[in-house]
Amino acid sequence: MIKPKVYHTLGLNDREYSNIIDVLGREPSITELAMFSVEWSEHCGYTCSRKWLKILPKKGKYKSLIGEDAGGIIVGDLAIIFKMESHNHPSQIEPKQGAATGVGGIIRDIFTAGTRPIALLNSLRFGELSKSYNRYLLKGVVDGIQFYGNCLGVPTIGGDIYFDKTYNGNCLVNAMSIGVSKRDMLTKAQAAGIGNAIIYAGASTGRDGIGGCSILASKEFKENEEKRPAVQIGDPFTEKCLIEATLEALATGYIVGIKDMGAAGLTCCTSEMAYAGRSGIELDLTSVPRKDEGMEAWELMMSESQERILLCVKKGKEKKIQDIFLKWDLQAAVIGRVTGDKKLRISDNGKVVAEIEASALTNAPVYDMPHKKPEYLYSLNKLHLKEIPLPKDCNNVLLKLLSTPSICSKQWVYEQYDHMVQTNTVTLPGSDSAVVRLKGTNKAIAATTDCNSRYCYLNPYRGAQIAVAEAARNIVCSGAEPAAVTDCLNFGNPKNPDRFWEFKNCVEGIKDACKFFKLPVVSGNVSFYNESPHEAIYPTPTIGMIGVAKDVKKVCTQAFKKEKDVIIFLGGSDNELGASEYLKEIHNLVKGDAPKLDLRLEKAVQNTTYQAIRKGLVNSAHDCSEGGLTVCLAECCISNKENMIGAVIDNLNFNIRKDSVLFGESQSRIILSCEKKAVKEIRDIARKLHSPFRIIGRTTGEKLIILDGKNEIINLTLEELSREWLNRRF
Amino acid sequence: MRFGIVVFPGSNCDQDCFYAVKDILNKEVKYLWHKEKYISDCDCIVLPGGFSYGDYLRAGAIAKFSPIMDSIRKFAQKGGVVIGICNGFQILLESGLLPGAMLRNDNMHFICKYVYTRIEDNDTIFTNLCKKKQVLKMPIAHNEGNYYIDNKGYEKLVANKQIVFRYCSKEGFTDDKCNPNGTLDNIAGIINKQGNVLGMMPHPERSVEPLLGSTDGLFIFNSIIKWARKKI
Repeated sequence: MIKPKVYHTLGLNDREYSNIIDVLGREPSITELAMFSVEWSEHCGYTCSRKWLKILPKKGKYKSLIGEDAGGIIVGDLAIIFKMESHNHPSQIEPKQGAATGVGGIIRDIFTAGTRPIALLNSLRFGELSKSYNRYLLKGVVDGIQFYGNCLGVPTIGGDIYFDKTYNGNCLVNAMSIGVSKRDMLTKAQAAGIGNAIIYAGASTGRDGIGGCSILASKEFKENEEKRPAVQIGDPFTEKCLIEATLEALATGYIVGIKDMGAAGLTCCTSEMAYAGRSGIELDLTSVPRKDEGMEAWELMMSESQERILLCVKKGKEKKIQDIFLKWDLQAAVIGRVTGDKKLRISDNGKVVAEIEASALTNAPVYDMPHKKPEYLYSLNKLHLKEIPLPKDCNNVLLKLLSTPSICSKQWVYEQYDHMVQTNTVTLPGSDSAVVRLKGTNKAIAATTDCNSRYCYLNPYRGAQIAVAEAARNIVCSGAEPAAVTDCLNFGNPKNPDRFWEFKNCVEGIKDACKFFKLPVVSGNVSFYNESPHEAIYPTPTIGMIGVAKDVKKVCTQAFKKEKDVIIFLGGSDNELGASEYLKEIHNLVKGDAPKLDLRLEKAVQNTTYQAIRKGLVNSAHDCSEGGLTVCLAECCISNKENMIGAVIDNLNFNIRKDSVLFGESQSRIILSCEKKAVKEIRDIARKLHSPFRIIGRTTGEKLIILDGKNEIINLTLEELSREWLNRRF
Repeated sequence: MRFGIVVFPGSNCDQDCFYAVKDILNKEVKYLWHKEKYISDCDCIVLPGGFSYGDYLRAGAIAKFSPIMDSIRKFAQKGGVVIGICNGFQILLESGLLPGAMLRNDNMHFICKYVYTRIEDNDTIFTNLCKKKQVLKMPIAHNEGNYYIDNKGYEKLVANKQIVFRYCSKEGFTDDKCNPNGTLDNIAGIINKQGNVLGMMPHPERSVEPLLGSTDGLFIFNSIIKWARKKI
């Protein structure tokens, strides 16, 4: 008889435990209990979220690949596979290793699909930098990403970083990776063909990371709790060899299926591979390579030691595959066989320690969580603009905004990442989205991550829609067409109806925006329980998006290129300041509603930009986001350190509040620059697509000057602007 | 003319070098697995960048024990052309084929960015197509590029004209401001006394296409090719 204390420690509640007894028709063994506890955790089984994830759209312009660990799209004869995953709690406890193993985990999802990883991105959220622990986290996380990603030789090409007190006590580390292969090289995570071998390859199994997914990822932080043993340690060198060996092994054609041993380790791999292949697996734990002595069966089944994969290999070809791993100095042990009875039969030292239908493990219970709109939103959403004083000196406001950690240049971070290895990075970090070409074709992939969680806090549905719209805008500004989405949904405790309401509304927002833009959500990850002892984080549904550029030579960046170019403003500004960086930084207010979003207007602005870039008419394109139009213009001026170009903006429409025009965060706005002779053609495109179009100024000189009539409301030298923007305050 | 690119476990610029030589320069190229004991039919050996053996212990310290290093040593002794890029440079230092050592970058961070380097000697196998004092734009990407050598060794380097590249400004001035990693006297690349073994921190293989922002790496590869053609 297993005591409640035991299964509670493993993260299971009484109801789940009696469920397990129902499924098995008997009491579970300790090993079986451990296996259920990890497979039925929210992290692996999506128990609370699955009902809502089902509503996300699956179809887009390109054929989508959905259902494996990482999803993707087919472009010509290539498969582009990508996914984003969270490693929040491990990073909060041990930032370097937490972030490093986050990168390692996502990369394994990519190469076990049969594709070579070609890019990494990271979406990071930290608390206020005035707190020393947050500075420690920022430095540690960046160090972990560079430590792991650089060694692998996968370029880290982009991402985003925001700072807000909501993340004091619970930072977010969302890692995204993209892989490419010929479409016929894709592999499934399955075990099939009776008698075929189950081969364990990579690093040895130890007691590290036991319960990482069930205990660490599926509970919120409590005061003074020591969880460090649940964090794993990364070894990028082993992973690099594992990438090469796996891709070499795949080329033999002897591989039936592969899966990364990530969360829930051997348990997740065996149950999900067997279930996917409609087979059973017989496993002998005695043959599992281990680094700790005296490990029990349940520990082996739960361990989340890094850099391990499981392969299903055709019978008789075991040696050929083992030799490839051996060549890379990696161990590869036959630890089991595929059977026909759809059961997992695990034995250790000749004794059967677990015997479970694979489907019982993989079909975790689905819960219908209660949800309700939080009371505080009713008052928070009310913002009376009249009560907010107009700024006296807009120059100071602009300089202040440029220097805030969320807006300022992230050069200090991305220079620590090798962003050029593999020689594909056409647009380097520091523009709206990075672009990597696909060797052997004319095409390129643009990639970005986005989410303004303050918008999502004040209006989860619209905030999530904006995250999708902004990601697409970033892709378009780089000269690519948005193609597909991965999402990493970071929320608080799902058992709290307020939090679950945020989750449900964000998922619905993503669904509606993606449907509108015809973008499939091909992969994703849910991370609940992101709470400090005091509060939950703002809802943060991070959107990772890729786009396809049909002509790699016609990509675009955000920096102004030439003097005397015409500056065009697509979109319009509303009298709205709610949820803006300006309101928070200058007036110390987190209030109001998220900016309005008209999806049709958004599409018109984006299509105009995309077509104009494709026709080679545009010299620069940059979208307006945090800090509004003025920050956007400043960034266009100073992004290219070696060729900074000023601007005179003398034709803005000031019929609304001055600060709304300058710093408001109205959506669907893009700044273009082009040569004079290209203006007419761009105007024609805008007219045809019903996009607003306005010439607002020209590039010139060594200053950014913005005029309201004859009044210079902004007049700053490029030197002053770039000093604030580049001067990191980390 | 055939290039051989050595693959250590953990090398990660091997495929970039292969691509540059084969697809951009249209020259013959093959991979040399680090466990191979003999080198045949190669005119130039490339030790590529990356993290051989994870850079564990010290960058390049374990790679020097790879079986292939013995034959590379012999190959170099017979006058064979060897170029070590980034981690390859570190391996050449660790294995004694070039003098000096690499320290951590002085800011203690990995640095990846474009830099400018000035050609200090255009009368070498690797730089014969460059003009005197020509400035090349190429990226660096390393943790340990802070070159160090003792006074005596440094004097020898200068006397033998072994310093080939120095970090400089866009205009070609070498000063502390354009020293990215604290390296002695802005040294970015050196050559052995015989002139057939080069180590350099910047990545020429990343600078061979206009699409990626620079083609200055072509000067290095084409110099080697020109030299080989003359020799044959």
